[in-house]
Amino acid sequence: MSKEYLLLDKIEGPLIFLSKVEDVSYGEVINITLDDGKRRRGRIIKIDKDAIVAQIFEGSSGFSVVNASVKLSGKPFELPMSKEILGRTFNGIGEPIDQGGSIFSNDIYNVNGRPINPVARKYPRNYIQTGISTIDNLATLIRGQKLPIFSGNGLPHNEIAAQIVKHANISEKEGEEFAVVFAAIGVKHDDADYFRKTFEESGVLERVVMYVNLANDSIVERVMTPRCALTAAEYLAFEKNMHILVIMTDVTSYCEALREISSAREEVPSRKGYPGYLYSDLASIYERAGMMKQTGGSITFLPILTMPNDDITHPVPDLTGYITEGQIVLSRELFQKNIYPPISILPSLSRLMKDGIGEGFTREDHPEVANQIFASYSKVQDIRALAQIIGEDDLSELDNQYMKFGRSFEETFVSQSFDDNRSIFETLDLAWEILGELPKEELDRVDPKTLDKYYKEKI
Amino acid sequence: MIELKGIITMINGPVLKAMGMTGFKMREMVMVGDKKLIGEVIALEGDQGTIQVYEETEGLRSGEKIISTGRPLSLKLGPGLIGNIFDGIERPLLEINRISEGFIPEGIGLLSLNNEKKWEVHITVNENDVLEGGQCFATVQETSLIAHKILVPSGISGKVKEKKPDGVYNIEEIVLVIEDQDGNNHELKLSHEWPVRTPRPVKERLPISTLLVTGQRILDMFFPVAKGGTAAIPGGFGTGKTMTQHQLAKRSDADIIVYIGCGERGNEMTEVLEDFPKLIDPKTGKSIMERTILIANTSNMPVAAREASIYTGITIAEYFRDMGYHVAIMADSTSRWAEALREISGRLEEMPAEEGYPAYLPSRLAEFYERAGFIKTLNQEEASITIIGAVSPAGGDFSEPVTENTKRYVNAFLALDKKLAYARHYPAINWLNSYSGYVKMLGNWYAENVNPDVVDLRAKMVKILHEEDKLQEIVQLVGEDVLPDDQRLVLEISKVLRIGFLQQNAFHTEDTFVPLKKQYEMLKCIELLYDEGYIAIKKGIPISKVKDDYLFSEVTKMKYTVSNEDLSKIKEIRESIMVYYETLIKEYS
Repeated sequence: MSKEYLLLDKIEGPLIFLSKVEDVSYGEVINITLDDGKRRRGRIIKIDKDAIVAQIFEGSSGFSVVNASVKLSGKPFELPMSKEILGRTFNGIGEPIDQGGSIFSNDIYNVNGRPINPVARKYPRNYIQTGISTIDNLATLIRGQKLPIFSGNGLPHNEIAAQIVKHANISEKEGEEFAVVFAAIGVKHDDADYFRKTFEESGVLERVVMYVNLANDSIVERVMTPRCALTAAEYLAFEKNMHILVIMTDVTSYCEALREISSAREEVPSRKGYPGYLYSDLASIYERAGMMKQTGGSITFLPILTMPNDDITHPVPDLTGYITEGQIVLSRELFQKNIYPPISILPSLSRLMKDGIGEGFTREDHPEVANQIFASYSKVQDIRALAQIIGEDDLSELDNQYMKFGRSFEETFVSQSFDDNRSIFETLDLAWEILGELPKEELDRVDPKTLDKYYKEKI
Repeated sequence: MIELKGIITMINGPVLKAMGMTGFKMREMVMVGDKKLIGEVIALEGDQGTIQVYEETEGLRSGEKIISTGRPLSLKLGPGLIGNIFDGIERPLLEINRISEGFIPEGIGLLSLNNEKKWEVHITVNENDVLEGGQCFATVQETSLIAHKILVPSGISGKVKEKKPDGVYNIEEIVLVIEDQDGNNHELKLSHEWPVRTPRPVKERLPISTLLVTGQRILDMFFPVAKGGTAAIPGGFGTGKTMTQHQLAKRSDADIIVYIGCGERGNEMTEVLEDFPKLIDPKTGKSIMERTILIANTSNMPVAAREASIYTGITIAEYFRDMGYHVAIMADSTSRWAEALREISGRLEEMPAEEGYPAYLPSRLAEFYERAGFIKTLNQEEASITIIGAVSPAGGDFSEPVTENTKRYVNAFLALDKKLAYARHYPAINWLNSYSGYVKMLGNWYAENVNPDVVDLRAKMVKILHEEDKLQEIVQLVGEDVLPDDQRLVLEISKVLRIGFLQQNAFHTEDTFVPLKKQYEMLKCIELLYDEGYIAIKKGIPISKVKDDYLFSEVTKMKYTVSNEDLSKIKEIRESIMVYYETLIKEYS
């Protein structure tokens, strides 16, 4: 019979402080019953002699120092996992919120997971065709990669994620099982609903596991949401050999929740008030993506984050970029030009594409075409800046060709409709067509042999 | 030894406090709790002690015991290091994977080098020889590239009293007994232990005089790194720090590479593990894994071990340096290490200095970088440690504390640039704000090994690039056409330099490593193009004629069209340059 503690010392934000607690372990889950019979759960985040600090998942509203009875569970935060979770919807701490009842299983997992041993990892090398030209050609998604979408408020990041779910070949071969794990972290009700509808329309709903923490739900729960979702993903990928696509939106809300708890704990802040351990904490989430040698599954991870004030140097996108294997950056400028998807290619990057494209994977000209487009399009930016000052009429002939190239690139290559599913070959051919608007000697990133084979001048 | 025991009173992430710690020493290694997690004492006050734990602390209870080991955090040094991958405290990850497949569990204890493996040992000393610390007494051919010299640990000296015959031994067997002046016997094995935070002694420091040849043009010709030197590679995310570090690990001419993946991506370490064994070092014809040691504390591994990983790496490097090898360390990234210091400092509730970093950040950085150097070992051999540290400045802003303080202790600063990276100009090292203090020091070396005019040639080319930068500002405002022809020539030559020389393709079989000779000839050829063009322009010939598209594109494409072994093609290009301008000047006079 475990002890009940009836008197709290202090309640602060989502944290409760109590003392004279015996035999307590770090990270342990506590069960709380309020005097009106409501039950809450929490987790111990600090032990100092016999005093503890715990965070309450559902938040501390309704608590007084005398109305709560606290019991230690003796266990860390764990979730039962089985294949039954497919098609189900859970809240931020893994409790079912659809009408499907509880999950029963003997497979119990600690939501914090454990670091994957680098020697047990398999280096991801197979590309996933998303049907979006800019991603496939210039920031290729690789199976097992973590590739975030850096977006801004009001930009169509949800549509792009939905489009990827709809068109991407998540599983490696025909017949291999795939699933989508979706974590909504502090998002608006509409956004969560939009995803549910898209999953339904794409006919994948019964292969989707959803973890939903809405904008008005508790922030402590929010901190647990990605961990629950990734525990499910790890279970499906590494125990059940499935190919998993994890979509997580919005990581910025997660970081803000972390900051809120950190300030309640009176920790020393680093940049913009975020805790000093934000990097390690984000890494403990992002690094759970990947592939492993001994199992066949994979976790491809597509987190979405909104950059406050579209600032890519803000701590959240900044630290994310240092951990993830590249990023897809959306641009407000393109969005305002009415170009969908508004993917700004220059800051976008896929670190893993170098080993997953080219001969034997996509087509032999792929790496060079991508390089050339980056180089030429970056030149377009310089010429546009010049044109703003001296006017387009005074540009040299070559500069004008670049201006034209820039326009066609944005209008025909970047721009594509939601339902337009381009194969990698269509994408590469389209790229050559646009490069044809530049004179051959300007294409200095392409091997002369490749140039002879594919280049068709179109001036 | 009496086993001391403390009792845990406070748990806050990787930081613990305990009481009953009176007999414990600072920096002593301890076993924490029932799971026997590995930790280190980092503060003592009365009977209170603070401990940082190198493993996940979830599930730990207050009241669990802390057991002393009586020794500081140490590494076992001996055969078996090369080609291996370790975590931040020298535990072999392959062994961990055998114990627990896939994920790294906590409480697996202190694993180290393989004790059972037998090595073919050749004892190089005889009975009654007098030996001192740091002298070699046996050799083990660890890989086909590296002869592992077994050294007398420093502090031990005396006469050889007993020796085992040549044969096969494991690293725990006694192979030599030394009797010191006081008649005490010291039993020597193939391995010994060394505390990670103590630098290993050397005979003396020597001046820096040799280039670390990397085969990367922008480094070798523009911003050289010397053997025994220090360099920092700062850059925002996506600018290619890791790519550059990998390239240096693969291509540089050091004897031993220690690669520390400190708080970086797991897949990057996996990539190294998969790629390196396949890569053949052109110099020796062997796999480069035979000279590489990997230390991995990926970003999701415990943060306290990240702090230790840098020291683990440098201690291993010093161990090989003491055998007379030239060692290069790649630390990717030192910012993660600094952040680990910050995180632990925060949990200790220390007074923060800049941006939450502890006030001792500069001194820790200095201690680390000062362990580099070109030295004479206790065994009278020349050897060196070169440190190349990546820095990941927050927001790509070089004025943050880690970059600023690193700048004070390194001599070469290779600034990576976002704009270059966006245009996929790799290596994205910005030639305007990078610098190397080794250019002058290496003047003699260049003169002896390449050509006496390298330093002047470099200065001339750097000047052209700086002039281009100024001119570009004007071009951005008014366009290129209004510039006088000689300035337009500077723009054209800079373009050749940037694309044809500074840009280097790591994935191209020829271009990934370029011998110094070719680097020099290429640069010389670009100089010729500039000089001849300049003469023509001064004779009043318009830039449209001086800038011959064919000639300029031939020079730009030299890196691909001229093979690394046969430089005769450059000669041909030089000749066609001479002929072209001679004819041009004749036409106009």
